[in-house]
Amino acid sequence: MNQRYLIGIFEREEDILSATNASRLHGFVISDVYAPYAVHGLDKAIGLSPSRLPWVCFLLGLLGAALKVWFEFWTTGIDWPVNVGGKPWNSLPAFVPVTFEVMVFFAGVSTVIAFLFVSRLWPGARAPLADRGVTDNRFVLILEDTGPAFDQDRAREIFKKSNAVDIEERVETTR
Amino acid sequence: MRKVDAISIYPPPLIGGHKTPRDVTADIAAPIGRRPSALWWTGFAFSFALMCVGIAAETYQIKTGIGTWGLNKTIGWAFDITNFVFWIGIGHAGTLISAILFLLNQKWRTSVNRSAEAMTIFAVICAGIFPVIHMGRPWLAFWMLPYPNTRGSLWVNFRSPLVWDFFAIATYFTISLTFWYVGLLPDLATIRDRSRPGLKKRIVGFLSLGWNGSYKTWLRYETVYLLLAGLATPLVVSVHTIVSWDFATSIVPGWHTTIFPPYFVAGAIFSGMAMVLTLIIVARKAMNLEDYITKRHIGAMAKIIIFTSGMVGLAYATEFFIAMYSGNQYEQYVFFNRAAGPLSWAYWTMVACNVAVPQLLWFRKVRDNLALVFAISILINVGMWFERFVIIVTSLSRDYLPSSWASYSPTIIEIATFAGTFGLFFTLFLLFCRFLPVIAISEVKGVLGIGRKRGVS
Repeated sequence: MNQRYLIGIFEREEDILSATNASRLHGFVISDVYAPYAVHGLDKAIGLSPSRLPWVCFLLGLLGAALKVWFEFWTTGIDWPVNVGGKPWNSLPAFVPVTFEVMVFFAGVSTVIAFLFVSRLWPGARAPLADRGVTDNRFVLILEDTGPAFDQDRAREIFKKSNAVDIEERVETTR
Repeated sequence: MRKVDAISIYPPPLIGGHKTPRDVTADIAAPIGRRPSALWWTGFAFSFALMCVGIAAETYQIKTGIGTWGLNKTIGWAFDITNFVFWIGIGHAGTLISAILFLLNQKWRTSVNRSAEAMTIFAVICAGIFPVIHMGRPWLAFWMLPYPNTRGSLWVNFRSPLVWDFFAIATYFTISLTFWYVGLLPDLATIRDRSRPGLKKRIVGFLSLGWNGSYKTWLRYETVYLLLAGLATPLVVSVHTIVSWDFATSIVPGWHTTIFPPYFVAGAIFSGMAMVLTLIIVARKAMNLEDYITKRHIGAMAKIIIFTSGMVGLAYATEFFIAMYSGNQYEQYVFFNRAAGPLSWAYWTMVACNVAVPQLLWFRKVRDNLALVFAISILINVGMWFERFVIIVTSLSRDYLPSSWASYSPTIIEIATFAGTFGLFFTLFLLFCRFLPVIAISEVKGVLGIGRKRGVS
């Protein structure tokens, strides 16, 4: 089946913001937006919901800390208790620094791995570019052609109103 | 009368020269595309040679043993730990700029964060060398890890600050490297799309992980960036706190004080900021980045230096006051000995460089004179090195038992090792300037609009 898209290319962040806002308000389905840098407010204009990555960070950090406290307790208090300066076997306050470091390590590394995984980024992955300038100075707005209900003239009008430098139709063949 | 073009409520622009996003890409990617200059080669040859001197010294001392150092029974820690704390401290300014200033929404950081983070990573590598060679048998360094072994298992002592330090430095290095790499992703994609097909494009393409600027990815990227900044902020405080505990948990007079963690953290940021200034004042000139790293950026960092210098100065005074007020004669003697003993020249060098000299930065004329700021930054680096030297050596050289008092002076091997770490640091930094974008391209594009909305333009 063929999926048709209408693509608008912009060169200023004000233009991509206004075009995206107007498209969403007119009920067009925004397939994606491509940008050379993070534009303040563009996520809201597209209608993206906030990322769930903070949960990964929180839960894995918690897991790392819990595992570390248990491990320190098990090694120093149970497996082979060694008397160090008469301190108690289970010297919990002395376990705080390493527990904190391991928590940060787990939380940080797992968040980045989760980010790369959900964004399908991996070493050597191919980067299909919506436009050659998308990592330089161009913004690309892609609207999905949803069939007869898709008012292409209206969409083109919105793009032109926001100073689109180029508007084109593309067809993607999906098997 | 001075002419004012327009009265505006907007702040002055962060980036000079009315740059467009396309100019930003071209300017910052330019050094990567062309052949390195003669200046670069000179610097690289010198740094590389210095690094080789260090490698030779390290090879010799590992082969012979740490009897090649000037340590003795009284002074068991001296040059190596001084250099370790010095380098770790330098690294902390990079995290301050990349994480703390990000959380505080200081947009000017975008021009300097990339190079400051690179500096952090290279400084931590230099720092890591010293504890490892001090082990005497560095091939057993993995004994620091709590792994199941045939000796029991005999576990590491989790109550020891040296083990805390190992975990702190390892985590700090990993998180700094991860943070830096995630920040590099969009810029690597920019370099990839600019380069002609060839080996470079393939390498950069491999490393850019298929970044294509999709906004769904951008949103997650921003989230990850914020999370890493949030994690790195307490991390940087914890790292130097733990470094200070290496000293403060002992009972050596002059070390056993609760002021150490904040004192060390402030000193670390102070020395690191000075090193950032040393590097970027040269880099902006050599790489034609004057529009990106303006006098405003340098001024902002100079102000952080004034602030942290004040904190360090306050800590010096507090230490003296508390020693006097404690009524503890050992504590009192250590501080008297620092200021008037055989190493008083080191103490007063430290006070002059860290407390007196930075006060010049209160004056705008001084902050705008980059040659002067550069000289001040070098002096602060010297002063902060002496701070660690004074803390470590004067406290150990004369503690409780006068019959075991001793003195210390470094051997040529120790000096060569220290010089070698500077060689390593500058070699890595020059390679970074040559092969990676020294300024965060995508972040600078995001702040171009600041100060531009003044009527026309």
